[in-house]
Amino acid sequence: MRRIDPIQWLKYALCLLASFVVLFPPYVVFVNSFKQRHELADPFALPNSFLYLDNFKIVFERANIATSFTNIVIIIAITLVFNILFGTMVAYALGRFDFRGKSVILGAFLFAVIIPTITTQVVVFSIIKSLGLFNTLFAPILLYVGADIIQILIYLQFIRNIPYELDESAMIDGASLVRIYRSIIFPLLGPATATLVILKTINIYNDLYIPYLYMPKKQLAVVSTTIMRFASNNQAEWTLICATILLIMLPTVVLYLFLQRYIFSGVMSGAIKG
Amino acid sequence: MSSLSYRTQRVIVVVGFLSIPVALLLLFTYYPAVRMVWLSFTNYNGYSASADWVGLDNYRTIFTNSSFFGVFLNQIPYVIVGIVQNAVALLFAIVLNSRMKGRNLFRVLLFLPFIMNGVAVSYMFQYVYDTTNGSLNLLLGFLGLEALQRSWLGDVHIVNYSLASIGFWRFMGYNMVIYLAGLQSLPNDMYEAARIDGAGRFRTVWSLTLPNMTRIIQLNMFLTLTGALSVFEYPFVLTKGGPVGASETFLLKTLETAFQFNNFGLASAMSVVLLFFVIVVVSIQNRVIEGRRSKE
Repeated sequence: MRRIDPIQWLKYALCLLASFVVLFPPYVVFVNSFKQRHELADPFALPNSFLYLDNFKIVFERANIATSFTNIVIIIAITLVFNILFGTMVAYALGRFDFRGKSVILGAFLFAVIIPTITTQVVVFSIIKSLGLFNTLFAPILLYVGADIIQILIYLQFIRNIPYELDESAMIDGASLVRIYRSIIFPLLGPATATLVILKTINIYNDLYIPYLYMPKKQLAVVSTTIMRFASNNQAEWTLICATILLIMLPTVVLYLFLQRYIFSGVMSGAIKG
Repeated sequence: MSSLSYRTQRVIVVVGFLSIPVALLLLFTYYPAVRMVWLSFTNYNGYSASADWVGLDNYRTIFTNSSFFGVFLNQIPYVIVGIVQNAVALLFAIVLNSRMKGRNLFRVLLFLPFIMNGVAVSYMFQYVYDTTNGSLNLLLGFLGLEALQRSWLGDVHIVNYSLASIGFWRFMGYNMVIYLAGLQSLPNDMYEAARIDGAGRFRTVWSLTLPNMTRIIQLNMFLTLTGALSVFEYPFVLTKGGPVGASETFLLKTLETAFQFNNFGLASAMSVVLLFFVIVVVSIQNRVIEGRRSKE
């Protein structure tokens, strides 16, 4: 190898430039959320003190942050339970048995991927209304459980890698099929479940469209709608808006930094299938 | 249950495990799609019990009235930025797949924007793009590039590029990770052989990496194109379609038509048009992949 490799330097230069572009907007938000209004003249400067927390206090009082965190946690938790349950059940039924109409059902699930849920909302909206779920937490839960089918694809892909001999030997021991699902298939789908939990949590946490459309009631605000309402009520109050942005981004960023390995493998395994 | 024969159990499991998910799939995906097509031929207003059949009137409105179909032009910048975004993502995937120090740290950093809340990101960029206090204009001034300072969200010619750049910032790392997955699935001995044959670095990328990545490139382009067709969040949060409708998108227009003007018939027709475009993009892509496969 040559001693000085210009291409190696170029690679580092590119990566540093990209890191700057990625970190610049969050940096500005970060420093300004600790500032008082008269410090705003220079948005790049560090705040006088990182101990000035009044912005966060005001945001907590005025923006319903606590309520919106509670709401989103409830929505995510209930959605995940049903996603995992239905996802593994469908994967077991379709991945392990042959029966008439199987290819139709499988095809129906696969084809649904290309119908973007956002395009059918005009009709879905009236379904939710006629079920009496408009302006309740059940509207987004039902939509995230029923209209998003990515979990079924992930599980179907994973179940293929679980050897069928395991099922067979359990059957020789006389285990019932439900028992095989519960004590063999479900636990062995664990890695897929981990991937799913992380990806779904991020997706639901970041979704604007469904909560905006189905839960306009103030008490039902979630993080996305909360920041929207707060920012339009406090236009140009940059210190407060920055504090809100920071509070809302923090949970997923922390989750990501701890679990990035699983997130990467989730995105990657989804891609290879495509 | 174990007292039942496996044949009976199988019927119970298949029916019991599939009925609810299939019912949900029909209720929230297929029924809406079919009903939407039907509504698109009516003047349904969203609340009255009945609607009149209007034939192709809604479609005629969409394709002849430039205030509807014309908004697709506003989405061209998203396509252009999306293509650049993919090229950059592929470049960084190749760079971060090669041997270098700290490559894990850079991967983690570049993917970071993807997991951030879209609305929070939008407001973050409102602060970046602000004409007087925005950090982008201040940064340009700081670098002595005053001539480049702009009203990033107020100029009808660049507003869509500004908004599309938010998507670039947020999704480049996501595309990169998908490309990385593709790169890592390429066999190592292929590169070994190329090195023994004395192929240089650029030659290897050009004649080995790129041809073997076509499927992944197509997948990413599909994600990018469908994303560009259904842009919603950034203009909705930041510009409300302004200035003077310059950043209106087809989806924004559809929602407005349905929920502000209660013209569900027309909005359904718009959704059908959008859905049609998505399906066309998918089938073109599938055909390209199939064609390539059968040649091999």
